[in-house]
Amino acid sequence: MSDLLLPPSLEGVEMVRSVRTPAHLDYSYTPGRAMSRFLTGLAEKKIRGQRCPSCGKVYVPPRGACPTDGVPTEEEVELPHTGTITTFCIVNVSFYGQGMEIPYVSALVLLDDSDIPLMHLVQEVPYDQVRTGMRVEAVWVSDDELKPTLESIKWFRPNGEPDRDASTMRGNA
Amino acid sequence: MRDVAIISFAQTKHARAITDANEVEMLMPVVREALDGAGVGMDRVGFTCSGSTDYLSGQAFSFVMTLDAVGPWPPIAESHVEMDGAWALYEAWVKLQMGEVDVALVYAYGKSSPGDVTEVLTRQLDPYFLAPLWPDTISLAGLQTRALLETGRVREADLAEVAARSRRDALSNPYALLARDDSPDALLAEPFIAEPMHKWDCPPITDGAAAVVIAAGDVARELSSRPAWVRGIDHRIESQGLGLRDLTTSASTRLAGEKAGVASAPVDFAELHAPFTAQELILRESLGLGDDVAINPSGGALAANPVMAAGLIRLGEAAARITRGEGNRAVAHATSGPLLQQNLVCVLEGE
Amino acid sequence: MAGSRKQRAAIVGIGQTKHMSTRGDVSIAGLIREAALRALEDAEMTWADIDAVVIGKAPDFFEGVMMPELFLADALGCAGKPMLRVHTAGSVGGSTSIVAASLVQAGIHERVLTVAFEKQSESEAMWALSMPMPFAPPTHAGAGGYFAPHIRSYMRRSGAPDHIGVLVALKDRLNALKNPYAHLHEEDVTFEKIADSVMLWDPIRYSETCPSSDGACAMVITNEAGASRGSLPPAWIHGAAMRSEPTMFAGRDVVSPRGSRECAADVFSQAGIVARRREIDVVEMYVPFSWYEPMWLESLGFADEGKGWTMVEDGSTQMDGDLPVNPSGGVLSTNPIGASGMLRFAEAAMQVRGQAGEHQIDGARTALGHAYGGGAQFFAMWVVGADKPA
Repeated sequence: MSDLLLPPSLEGVEMVRSVRTPAHLDYSYTPGRAMSRFLTGLAEKKIRGQRCPSCGKVYVPPRGACPTDGVPTEEEVELPHTGTITTFCIVNVSFYGQGMEIPYVSALVLLDDSDIPLMHLVQEVPYDQVRTGMRVEAVWVSDDELKPTLESIKWFRPNGEPDRDASTMRGNA
Repeated sequence: MRDVAIISFAQTKHARAITDANEVEMLMPVVREALDGAGVGMDRVGFTCSGSTDYLSGQAFSFVMTLDAVGPWPPIAESHVEMDGAWALYEAWVKLQMGEVDVALVYAYGKSSPGDVTEVLTRQLDPYFLAPLWPDTISLAGLQTRALLETGRVREADLAEVAARSRRDALSNPYALLARDDSPDALLAEPFIAEPMHKWDCPPITDGAAAVVIAAGDVARELSSRPAWVRGIDHRIESQGLGLRDLTTSASTRLAGEKAGVASAPVDFAELHAPFTAQELILRESLGLGDDVAINPSGGALAANPVMAAGLIRLGEAAARITRGEGNRAVAHATSGPLLQQNLVCVLEGE
Repeated sequence: MAGSRKQRAAIVGIGQTKHMSTRGDVSIAGLIREAALRALEDAEMTWADIDAVVIGKAPDFFEGVMMPELFLADALGCAGKPMLRVHTAGSVGGSTSIVAASLVQAGIHERVLTVAFEKQSESEAMWALSMPMPFAPPTHAGAGGYFAPHIRSYMRRSGAPDHIGVLVALKDRLNALKNPYAHLHEEDVTFEKIADSVMLWDPIRYSETCPSSDGACAMVITNEAGASRGSLPPAWIHGAAMRSEPTMFAGRDVVSPRGSRECAADVFSQAGIVARRREIDVVEMYVPFSWYEPMWLESLGFADEGKGWTMVEDGSTQMDGDLPVNPSGGVLSTNPIGASGMLRFAEAAMQVRGQAGEHQIDGARTALGHAYGGGAQFFAMWVVGADKPA
């Protein structure tokens, strides 16, 4: 600022260019009823979705509300551990907190009997062979490592079934 | 201006911590109840606006997921303010003034329980000079309270009267969190928590949500037996700097009150968003409300203070009381920022 | 019953900062004042002329200040005035402009200042966005990892060749060379350099993504009486619309969300525009990843479904094409997140006022400003024109 008038005692004093003000806040989050059931299920090696009483769609993970109807999704549906890749990307960049070897595949997986794809890793297949329509299954951590977190599923891997037709999955990819 | 009224209001049963529901689950029944109260579905709502803040929930974009609570499908015309829900209502009122929609949904929510709200709110302060000192909300209110006491206009007993009356009135409010019958003398006998502040000078830490439906003209008359008409609404901000304003008065409230037309007719009751006892007295003075005006018949923010929703709740409570026929002309007020920095004043009337 | 009472409103002052990765020479207040003062100067007004201020920005964690408009009230001359703070994720700069305009259109105020900013260097933006979202599925890959699969879906559905994204990035970076305020000025940019840049989130290359910028944008919006006051012609608001839809739901079309299509239909209908491609002279579109240009061209109805990429390939969206897109260089060249949407809205207004300098499209009379946010679920658009609306 060229038009700043300084008193003589401050002339020639170096301007303060920045200040560091670290802030630390702790939060304890409430997952809520629907997510609690889902997370508890993961610790038991189960994938629990919820069905909307209005439109009948099955949501996983459930967040307690059907996003299009604005009503609680209280009917629980236990889902199979298999699904179909609806689309994906190949990640070539390391991210904070991510110990993955690159490149790796991050995919949207539509679990069978559910109506919305879940984002997860796809492994145990060369990254350049992953494709839309590929059938996959969940790979879980060992039983003694199961916890109420989606990380109880390590990743998905191809299960060898024939591909599904990608064009029938429009609306989910 | 086009005639616009509050026709429906719903709120949570406020709690110190709502731990069995996330924000969506907490909000959804309230939105549903407000819509049902107006007898409308989302298909009749032409505009939706909400108020909340990321810092309270500790998540960036926290309002994005809570939109699920209204079921925004087919896609809706919608906006969000990072402010108390009272300002979301203001934005919706502006939208209705343009004449193209007749019904709007407004909601707000705040969970103070995930973090330490008195610390979180320090992040609102000037980041160069004040925020690094982490002055918690009670300490800041202490500065204001002491300044007011030292003017000689107010005694400590007056503050205790405010607290006792608020807690007592809250006994008839099923949604309030802090409702009990305490005598002012008993309150005065309690120890200070940060002199001159007693615990009873401060609001209870609260989780909660609220929703309001507003409608214009004949649509409001069709949907409500007794709409609470917005006869004036205005909001003003002033400098945040604590040394740049007289903390014992509220210039922005006075100005907003003038613009909203508070003084143009007698006021039956007022719902003032005063999280601290001294602030109620400052607001009454700035709005020119005499002793004949019933203040905070709901118990006010001293009985339940879900941050980001507590201002909207004042508007909703005032409207609901008018709709029930328990008064015909009310002043509703909301505040934001440290020590009454920003204020909204709304005058509501029956037919 | 509903019937428009909207008053005419116009943009009469526009200002923006020089955008850079770090504006270490100014505080947050200094940054927004730089834009606001330029807008006031352009409008030939002073702070005293302003009735109300509407401010927008994306998440407060970016700067580490909760509701920063509170401490910025002084810097924006707000004491004693109304101030509103809007936050609708990435579309916020557009939504903020629309809220400011509505205060004039509703007849509440005559002259409104609107400002949007982000000072991403004040905090760690990646930190702000990668705070562990409790209980959410791990995303593994940041924002690009969210949008890349949608882009792959578009490529599969449309059969677009791989180099389309490179062409968009090249066009926007070359356009940015004509915009003195743009963040990226890559004098030596070439098709090969972009095509050879590292593939971050296949199919998104590094050079096909937006930078992270410090910057602000401001506009003065007035009613009809104020519109003829300045020396420059005003940009009249012919239509403004917002739409939102849920982040994720069963059956969602992530390539061309219904909210986007309905928002476009609304804004063009308000502006009386039927033949969109022919009647719109220039578009400032929110394109943070290059592939979103062809995707939005289709969603906005400028191209048939699956054909948006051909407009990129045949040069239609170049500055000398029949529908120039982002002559300013767009979000791909400048991205102060909270301000990015307002920059689109303001650049559209600059075009119809004829004040875009070297990146002016000759004879531009009608322009679209476009913004989106969240998981491509929040939309804000306005159509501005040189002619007074009927």
